[in-house]
Amino acid sequence: MNAIVQQTLRSATISVLVENESGVLARVIGLFSGRGYNIDSLTVAPVDDGRRRSRITIVATGTEMVIEQIKAQLDRLVPVYRVADLTREGPHLARELALIKVVGAGDKRAEALRLADAFRARVIDATTDSFVFELTGATDKLDAFLDVMRPLGLVEISRTGVAAIARGTRTI
Amino acid sequence: MNIVTQQAASGAETLLRALKEQGVEVIFGYPGGAVLPIYDALFQQNAIRHILVRHEQAAVHAAEGYARSTGKTGVVLVTSGPGATNAVTGLVDALMDSIPIVCLTGQVPTHLIGNDAFQEADTTGITRQATKHNYLVKRAEDLARVVHEAFHVARTGRPGPVLVDLPKDILINPAPYTEAAEGPHRSYRPRTEPDPERIAEAVALIKSARRPIFYTGGGIINAGPEAATLLIEFATMVGAPVTSTLMGLGAFPAANPQFLGMLGMHGTYEANLTMHGCDVMINLGARFDDRVTGRLDAFAPASKKIHVDIDPSNINKNIIVDVPIVADAGSALRALIDVWKSDSTRQDRAALADWWQRIETWRRKDSLKFTQSMLPGATIKPQHAIKRLWEMTHGRDTFITTEVGQHQMWAAQHYRFEKPNRWMTSGGLGTMGYGLPAAMGVQIAHPDALVIDIAGEASILMNIQEMGTLAQYRLPVKIFILNNEYMGMVRQWQELLHGGRYSESYSAALPDFVKLAESFHATGLRAKTIDDLDGVIAEMIATDRAVIADICVDPRENCFPMIPSGAAHNEMILGPEHEDEAAGITDEGLVLV
Repeated sequence: MNAIVQQTLRSATISVLVENESGVLARVIGLFSGRGYNIDSLTVAPVDDGRRRSRITIVATGTEMVIEQIKAQLDRLVPVYRVADLTREGPHLARELALIKVVGAGDKRAEALRLADAFRARVIDATTDSFVFELTGATDKLDAFLDVMRPLGLVEISRTGVAAIARGTRTI
Repeated sequence: MNIVTQQAASGAETLLRALKEQGVEVIFGYPGGAVLPIYDALFQQNAIRHILVRHEQAAVHAAEGYARSTGKTGVVLVTSGPGATNAVTGLVDALMDSIPIVCLTGQVPTHLIGNDAFQEADTTGITRQATKHNYLVKRAEDLARVVHEAFHVARTGRPGPVLVDLPKDILINPAPYTEAAEGPHRSYRPRTEPDPERIAEAVALIKSARRPIFYTGGGIINAGPEAATLLIEFATMVGAPVTSTLMGLGAFPAANPQFLGMLGMHGTYEANLTMHGCDVMINLGARFDDRVTGRLDAFAPASKKIHVDIDPSNINKNIIVDVPIVADAGSALRALIDVWKSDSTRQDRAALADWWQRIETWRRKDSLKFTQSMLPGATIKPQHAIKRLWEMTHGRDTFITTEVGQHQMWAAQHYRFEKPNRWMTSGGLGTMGYGLPAAMGVQIAHPDALVIDIAGEASILMNIQEMGTLAQYRLPVKIFILNNEYMGMVRQWQELLHGGRYSESYSAALPDFVKLAESFHATGLRAKTIDDLDGVIAEMIATDRAVIADICVDPRENCFPMIPSGAAHNEMILGPEHEDEAAGITDEGLVLV
């Protein structure tokens, strides 16, 4: 009945609606580094017409106690309007975008293009020895694509991190 | 012919107008290039008094002392660069102890920001984690709004320090005035009223308790004197024992028979064992600090816990609780009392009587016991010095501040506080050098009160320059040094945990504190033996100006009881007066501080 430390780790996708003021991102990031929380990805951009509010999407891993702490610590920052744990509050969609550069020739090049098609990645740049693929999807889909590209000449990756939203009519 | 032109107010004038609207009477500060426009505006008005400190860290501690003894927000004014960086320790101190402070810092003009200009520092960057919130004012039209907002954020919710960085051009150029906004803040809306369902659960749990305890903290003090009154009312209804954290001392009267003294690392035997054995714990405004809980998995193992805290992030941070209540401690107490009265369930008074019987056996251990020889020439025990100080001052309204270390713990154990806002100590951060400037701030707020800084000879030297401030404003602060010629708590840990290797803990080359006092236009007194003690205390109290009383105490005395780091409440080390008990320190405990 006492502080049973739950060691099971879980991944949480947290959306944070913030006032778009200078330093707000530093506040959020400083909170993670200062308190030793693990952050897997973080995305941010303004989400209203006047660019007054931004939405930060954070994917973090921790025990249940740590995830609850992260939410509470975020919620008490002065410029924060709302913190939503999308993982807990119901079904949600999470997507990220990756740009992937593959360099090679011959069979490997043909195989890369064939697999890209299977993953529905788009070719957005091509030279005689390279492709840049654009792929959007859930994090595990991107991971799977990168795994198959690695032996085929994968040389560079740029990923956006996760953007997420609840399914259905719910909003944060 | 008279031509009357309506000159637009400068940023500095607008700033002072906003401070006045916020009810500011005193500012603790130190001038410099970037804040000259504010000092110029201060010079031309009389509504706000400026107290010139001798170091910016002291300005923040003075503002903390002012805030903690009055319940008002303390205000600090320092210049850019080193002025701001010197203030950082004070800001973190106020953050850890939840003290409302507004710190105004000068900044280089906006067009020079980022150019490594003279006395430029990235103040908002440096203090982001040192404050509850901070602002850089980049547009004149934001100035007044930001200042009002800073006060709102500092004093509401869980109070804390808020910093406003003010570029010099913003202070010089015209800035329009706007009044403080009505209504709630856009995004910052702290919860202060408790959830009625949780209150009902809490009352049901307390009524069913056989071994309850109140564990109270600084949240009661921050909730105002009324909360302390409500605590007495509720504790009397419930009939349960009350223990307090270091920060909460004074919220519940030490003389009340339900009070068990402080708990935690240097808490009393009865407080810690009552916590360990309780079945229902009622935490009011405390945060399960590691100094209180000891080993987490052995903390009050058989208890259900109710936790009232205004900061939701304190709930389930260190300890999982059964009934969390996010609320101001005063509002929660009022709700608890109302529901308690209307609920007809009976308490198990027989179980409670048994509980008190067990507590009395622990109390009879007299864990704060010490032996003071009264033979002529006997060495003064530090505990005895505090006890006599209390006996000779408790008849009047006395305010106590401390530095950090053994003297601080002895003060917490042996000075008995009867009212809130009379005890100012650096709890969370443990800042040596806190007590003297804090006492200055207290004395400014209470010019006629007896204000005593209980100090150690090492800590006092960390802000000794403030003797100059005492002299300038004729502040009759009393500095009561328990001089054991050691950084006593460091020495104690080295004795108990590091094989008696007293690495760098001896206070070598100490000044003559009597002469030091005299050189700062104060009175210096010294008690070398027990024969001098009472006389020195009496003379100190009777002296109508600043005093340093250098009390030479036993250098080998240790502060007991002590729960070693990483140990449980029932694994306390008692002092030499209790030789029969023994407790060990584990390797895991050694890495803790």
